[in-house]
Formats: sequence, C-alpha cells, structure tokens
Amino acid sequence: MTTSVITGNDAAATAAKLARVQVIAAYPITPQSPVVEVLSDWVASGELPAEFVNVESEHSALTVCIAASTVGARVFTATSANGLAYMTEQVWWAAGARLPIVMCIANRAMAAPWNVLNDQQDSMSVRDAGWVQLYCRDNQEILDTTLQAYRIAERLNVPVMVCYDGFLLSHTVMPVDVPTPEQADLFLPPRTDPLQVVDPADPRNIGPVTLADPRADGAGVLRPGYMELRSLHHGALLDALEVIPEVDAEYAAVTGRAWGGLTWEYLLDDADVAVVAAGSLTTQLTLAVEALRAEGVRAGVLGIRSYRPFPVAAVRERLAGKRLAVVFDKALSYGVEGPIAGDLKAALQPLGGEAPVVFGCICGLGGRDVSPDDLAAATRRAVADLSGPRDRAPDWINLQPQGIPQPQGDPR
Amino acid sequence: MTKLLDLPQANYVLPGNRACAGCGIGIGLRQITAALDGKAVMAVPASCLTVFGGMYPTSSVAVPWVNVAFPSTAAAAAGLAAGLRAMGRADEMTVLAMAGDGGTGDIGIQALSGAAERNDDFIYLCYDNEAYMNTGTQRSGLTPHGARTTTTWAGKRENPKDLPRIMEAHGIPYVASTSAVYPTDVYDKVARARDMHRLRYIHMNTPCPSGWTFEPKDTVRIGELAVECGIVVLYEVVEGAFRLTGRSAALANRNKALTPVAEYVATQGRFRAMTEETTAEVQAWVDGRWAGYVARHAAGR
Repeated sequence: MTTSVITGNDAAATAAKLARVQVIAAYPITPQSPVVEVLSDWVASGELPAEFVNVESEHSALTVCIAASTVGARVFTATSANGLAYMTEQVWWAAGARLPIVMCIANRAMAAPWNVLNDQQDSMSVRDAGWVQLYCRDNQEILDTTLQAYRIAERLNVPVMVCYDGFLLSHTVMPVDVPTPEQADLFLPPRTDPLQVVDPADPRNIGPVTLADPRADGAGVLRPGYMELRSLHHGALLDALEVIPEVDAEYAAVTGRAWGGLTWEYLLDDADVAVVAAGSLTTQLTLAVEALRAEGVRAGVLGIRSYRPFPVAAVRERLAGKRLAVVFDKALSYGVEGPIAGDLKAALQPLGGEAPVVFGCICGLGGRDVSPDDLAAATRRAVADLSGPRDRAPDWINLQPQGIPQPQGDPR
Repeated sequence: MTKLLDLPQANYVLPGNRACAGCGIGIGLRQITAALDGKAVMAVPASCLTVFGGMYPTSSVAVPWVNVAFPSTAAAAAGLAAGLRAMGRADEMTVLAMAGDGGTGDIGIQALSGAAERNDDFIYLCYDNEAYMNTGTQRSGLTPHGARTTTTWAGKRENPKDLPRIMEAHGIPYVASTSAVYPTDVYDKVARARDMHRLRYIHMNTPCPSGWTFEPKDTVRIGELAVECGIVVLYEVVEGAFRLTGRSAALANRNKALTPVAEYVATQGRFRAMTEETTAEVQAWVDGRWAGYVARHAAGR
C-alpha cells in the first residue's frame, strides 16, 4: 500500500488499472475526461495491457463495453451528465443483458442550459435502469468502491455505476492509499466465465426478441418470458443488498478499509435528528452535525452509499424512533421532490408512529455552493418546521431573489 | 470466380426461419455464413434480420449472434473485436456486423463512420432493401427516388445516399457492392473480405416482395433486372483498386446497353405513382452513375 495525493478521477483510473480491465472505451466530457486520458496513457505505455477504443460518442463507448463484456472481457468506461443521457439507451441495454460493466460517473448538472459543475441529476435520472448505483464521499472511497464494484457486478451479473461529485471530488486532490497489485488481485480475481456464450461450436442467439410469456426451447424445456427475466433482474438487485456489505467486508479483510456497505453514518446512534444525503455532501454534513451538537441539537449523519438498490431495511432500522430526517438532494424529480427524499419516505412509511418526519431540501444544483453552515441552517429550519404541517415543500437552500437591479460594475 | 455448383454445401441458415415469403435476405445470408464457414459472431440491430433470426429460446441461424441496439451496430462489432482480442480469441471467428439500410445509412452511420475512421477489424454488411421494411415500409435515406413508402405516399423526391462511396471515402481496405440474388458474387466478396483485416464494407442489394410490392416468386428476377438497368452495380474496391464484377462487369466489358429504368419501374407496385418525368430523372441519374463506374472499371481505380 502506498499513499498518493491524487484527484478523484485519478483514483477511478487507478482502480480500473488495479482491476486489470481488458477493454476501455470512452468519450470526453467535462469533468470525466481526465479518467480516460490517464488510462489512455497507461495503455499506450504498456503499463496497462488493455484494448482502448477511442469511440466517436458516449453511445458507442457503452456499446463497446457491452459487446466486449458479452465475450467475457472486464470492461471500464466513465462519463458525466449529457454523456450519460446520450448513452441512456445502452444504460438500459447493459443492465437488461446482465453484463457486469463498471462505469464511473463524475456527477454533473444536466443541460439545458449548459453547466459543467456538480449536481447529481445525471445519475439519478437513470436510477430505474437496473444498475447498482454507489455514491462516494471522497477520493479514497472512489478508488475502493470502483474495485468493489467489479466484485459486486461479477457476482450478480449486473452493471454498477460508481458516482462521485464532479470537480468537488473529480478535480480535487486528496491523499489516497493505493492497494498493491497483489492486494487488488487477492481481492478481485479474474472474471469467471460470462453468462453469455459466443462460440461457433455452440452457436447461440443472444438477446433476441423475447415474448411476454415463457416459451419452450428446442428440447421442450420452458424458458423464461420477458416478465420472468425482469423479475430475475429485480431479484439480483435485491441480492445486492446482501452482496454489497459482504464485498465491503472482503475488501476490509485485504486492505483494512471498510465503507459501511449500503449506508454510512456519523454520530447517528443517539441522534434524534438525522441528516441524510449521498456523495461528498455527507462529509460536509459531519461538520454541520458537529455545529448543531454544540448548540444542543442531537443531530447525526446517515449517508446513502447504495442508492440502487435502496437500503430500505437499513434506513428503517437506523431511523426508527428518530424525531426528524432532513434529506439533502442534489437532484430533483420535477413536480414532486428530491429523489432520495421520496424514496426515504416510502421506505419509512411502514414504521407508522415510529417513523421520523421527513423534510426534503434541494441544494447544490449546477454547482451552487453549499457550505456546512448552510446545511446546519437548513436543519435548524427543519427542526423549527416540525411545529407546522408534515407535508412541508422542499426547502431550496440559498435560492436567491431575482430581478433586483445590481450596482454598476458588479461582475455578476 | 466461384461457380454456382462449387459453392459449399454447408448450410448455417436453418429451415423454419421467420422471414417473409420471397425475402432476399435468406439467399444472401446463406452465402455470407457459408463463406465464413460459420466461424463468425454476428452483431445484429433491430431490423428484418432480427425477425429472421427467431424468438427466444430458439434460433434459425447456426452462427453466434448478438442482438444490439439500433444505432450501435458498428460500435458493437468494434467491441466484439476488441473483447475477442483481449481474451486471446480473435483468431476463432470473424466479427460480422449485419444491418439494414436504415440501420446503416441513417441511425447507424455515426457509429459506422467512427469504426471506419479507426479502421476496426470486422466486416460490415449492409443488406439494402431500400426502406424500413421491418416497421412497415417507411422511407429511409436509401429509398430510391420515386418509390412510394408509408411516409412518402406520393413517391420519394430524393435520390438515395451512396453508402459504398461514403465508406470508400473513409479509406478502408475493402468496399464492395453486391446483390443477394447473385449467390456467387456474394460468396466471393465475403470470402475475399474474410481473408483481409481492418474494416471491410459490403453493400448487398436485397429485393423485398412485401415492401417493393411484387410476387415472392420474382425476387431473383427483380434483383437481376436492377443490375441489368444499372440501378444496382456489382463492384469491389480492394485497397483502392476498382473493378466491376459479375453481370455488371459483363455489361461493361461487352459494351452492352442498359435495360431502360422504365422496365424495372413497371415491375413493382411501389413505383405505381411514378410519372414519366420522374422516371426520366432516375434514368439520367442511373446513366451518369453508370458512366462513372465504367470509367473507373477501365482505369482500375
């Protein structure tokens, strides 16, 4: 193990190298581009013996990964925002084809209008596509989670998205402990035989038209219909609720580092106010919680590491009996609320009277700065709002008034 | 050139496929898979060929076949090639992308152009039945001038894209134009492509009884007539060297007159609404193109 001071993007690329990926395909988009620039350099120098395909679009980037994964290769790609949106068709294809692809997302705001800075709208928009989605809070977690993602993906035959906040993590350097290649190999053995068979001696038609109902094959054996396949896929995501913590424990056994599996927490045990978020925001929430505790508010952090599958049982167990859960979403389901807030309410509903009140906040869209002070203030407002109606609308943090004339010469 | 009776007997296209009666794809696919001796993996997007291949869990083609998203065919073939290379299996099989005219020239052209610019190692075969036939005969960029489709009721007003020329402009090592109704021409071109590397593009005209509106028994006759008229031209460009092949070479070498386009137009319901003026425009377009091909044939490039 060596310690390197590297960006989040470098951490992702380093993990791909340690995973001994065999095929890489990617298309440039800010803030993801440095990931593939670094990998391209390593492939060119021979440091990483892999095929690097310089595709002409994100749609083709994920397509190359899909096809190479179908023949058994371990593959890697990364993208952001509109790049992810452009490959959306293939995001669904990768999952439906049950391919263990790992893709890093340097989270960025969706256009229009153009904005290259961070929020989580991009990956949240494909939460229903059948991928595992893991969110990272710092660069060490990006490296460790990307390695873990291959183990999870290959055990379950589902693709995994490793999401980390653009610029806040992707372009920020931090000390990161890099496992040795021997440690990585011990944790992550080569990929075993794929589900799919591509062999002229045993010709198969992979992914053909599949009817809704089961249908017999040439030997008279009933094979699943489309609906059975979808149920099996859902089952694999539910199995991930077990596999993600298991893999985290396996990783800890090799490297000494664990990340909590599905969720992560700070000062939550005795808290009566939980603050909930995914990604780097949870690090800032630890500072907010410390400030609140100094004022006598018993606050604690619950970080969502696995957003898909959503850790329903874990959040229910950890939040039962709390007074309030304040959710900070960096994304929005327009016309409703933030996605984590909505999912959390649904997860807690069966607790009845034991369930905390859930209030949502929208923050950090398009890279709007959000400080620990802002988070603490929003939590105070939420505590105060407990005396009001329980269907409080989302609190937009730092939303500014518009149409106010600015002084001459103001750079804004 | 391989003689008809010398074509291999091996058949990788099984009886009982789901193609329409008289579909030209079956004639072509038999020779394509035979020329590769079944040692191929196909990348197939949404198209008539998807239907041809059958529904899970059965298959009508005894060659590995990977279904892929509509715009993604060439990128999928690039991924299969990269994956096989990474797994040390590149010598086991040829990667064969096979898509229709819309899947190639419209929605798939970006991925195809990217793969051609990178000169990835696979054969791309476009079977051109001149419209979106699988979805019910909608106009594509390769639908001929004058043809009625369900989105050009009065007849298409534009000439088709010249895809082989677009591919030639990428500087790839092999570009060929063939027709499904000439089995030996298809066989020879796929066999030649098989023995080469990097990106090889083959364009295969494929008559479609239901979309073009003719009797299923006439598929071969209509396909041959297209060549007699110079609407479809059989040729290949090997590392920049151009030559006409088969019947097209015979027409040029013997300096024979082309059959008038009007005779071809009269055989198909899709041209029913064509005016004499439109037919004359198409004739002029065909004549101009033919003169160009004959000149290139003579020059050898």
